[in-house]
Amino acid sequence: MSDYIVDHPILKFERGKKVKFFFEGREIEGYEDQPIAAALHAAGIRVLSYSEKLGRPRGFFCAVGKCSSCLMEVDGRGNVMVCMEPLREGMQVRRQKGRGKV
Amino acid sequence: MKHLFSQNDIDICVVGGGPAGLEAAIVAAELGAKVLIIDDNPVLGGQLIKQTHKFFGSKAHYCGVRGIDIARVLAGKAIELGISVMNNATVVGYYDDDILGVLHDDTLSAVKAKRYVIATGASENMLAFDNADLPGVYGAGAVQTMMNVFGVVPGKRAVAIGSGNIGLIVPYQLLQAGVEVAAIVEIMDRVGGYYVHAAKIKRCGVPIYLKHTIVAAQGKDRVEAAVISKVGPDYSCLLGTEMTIACDIILIAIGLSPLCDLLYHAGCRIDYIPELGGNVPYHDENMMTSRPNIYVCGDLACIEEASTAMLEGRIAGARACESLFGKGSEEDAVADEAAHELEVIRQSPFEARIVSGKKQRERDIIR
Repeated sequence: MSDYIVDHPILKFERGKKVKFFFEGREIEGYEDQPIAAALHAAGIRVLSYSEKLGRPRGFFCAVGKCSSCLMEVDGRGNVMVCMEPLREGMQVRRQKGRGKV
Repeated sequence: MKHLFSQNDIDICVVGGGPAGLEAAIVAAELGAKVLIIDDNPVLGGQLIKQTHKFFGSKAHYCGVRGIDIARVLAGKAIELGISVMNNATVVGYYDDDILGVLHDDTLSAVKAKRYVIATGASENMLAFDNADLPGVYGAGAVQTMMNVFGVVPGKRAVAIGSGNIGLIVPYQLLQAGVEVAAIVEIMDRVGGYYVHAAKIKRCGVPIYLKHTIVAAQGKDRVEAAVISKVGPDYSCLLGTEMTIACDIILIAIGLSPLCDLLYHAGCRIDYIPELGGNVPYHDENMMTSRPNIYVCGDLACIEEASTAMLEGRIAGARACESLFGKGSEEDAVADEAAHELEVIRQSPFEARIVSGKKQRERDIIR
């Protein structure tokens, strides 16, 4: 897998088991229980949604569940805050366009 | 709505399991209260869990200990004391009869306690500039979370906006994670954070551009460069001084705003005091808000730092207990000791703003 820190002078990272999930239908690997946003970022995916009016690309901003900049469609459910939502095997993750389906 | 906890189960409910909330909970449990902590993260510790740097101050306040280790110590103490903890739970409202609505596992439940200590902390401020919404413009704390908590390489080359302690520490941690830092940009004529942090990052060869600000992010669907410019004495951009710096992440480290939402909902008085971080809940020296059953502490009460947040937490926890169990010497001793230590810390010139802000709050009482 791509962009994970391997050697760090202070930290050791404990990761969950490897799982497969889908981004826009494309299969990607991630670690179970890590936030979906972290798995996407490590896979090089920066655009998480498109804004409602102008369709501008959006990524996360705060990564701690406060700003709602990272809302995506997960398993058909809209407005999922992917910086907080833990990754599970087989999840279908899609970019949200404008307001999410409720 | 299902009632998860009632007043019979819980004396004090602490919202937020960061340094302030944890200290409040620990003190209250030590003083004999039945305590519940509600936190929206999977683990306790708040933002300490991403702070790999060592703390300053006195030994009693974990001087020389890394934030990540302080989080472990405090969480361990809380568990040892038998404090109930609801993780992955978000308090979404404060309802009539002093009931909290708590969202957990897609289910809304009710929690009622005799006293509340609210320690929700703060959120990172955003800055307006061209293409500020481009993916890759991240809060400095967000970058810190991605790399230090989840071990994700946040980018290849970074530009940081703001040179307060967060704006100095996070770039250093980026270097530790193997990320290049192209620049730190500061609009004032001096570095905002501690000199030691600035010296450390400068020794690593990272330039700090004083009297500069960001005017634009460039890139198609992600950040490819930051455009910075010199500013004049009135902080407006000086035309013709723009400089384009290639980067794939831009860190915004310009400050934090207290997360007061729950207190607005509860009808607590909120005052605008810029020195304390903007809209902050009114609180007296016992950390009690305008509602006698609600106490506050930490960044929610004023944007400061973890060590002072912990001391405020101790005061809030002890005084909440006192209001429940009656005046006791033990409660007094804990709160007085913490208040004294706070006073000592706040004698530092870096704390002058906070002291002046807290004074404004006192003046408000007289009026």
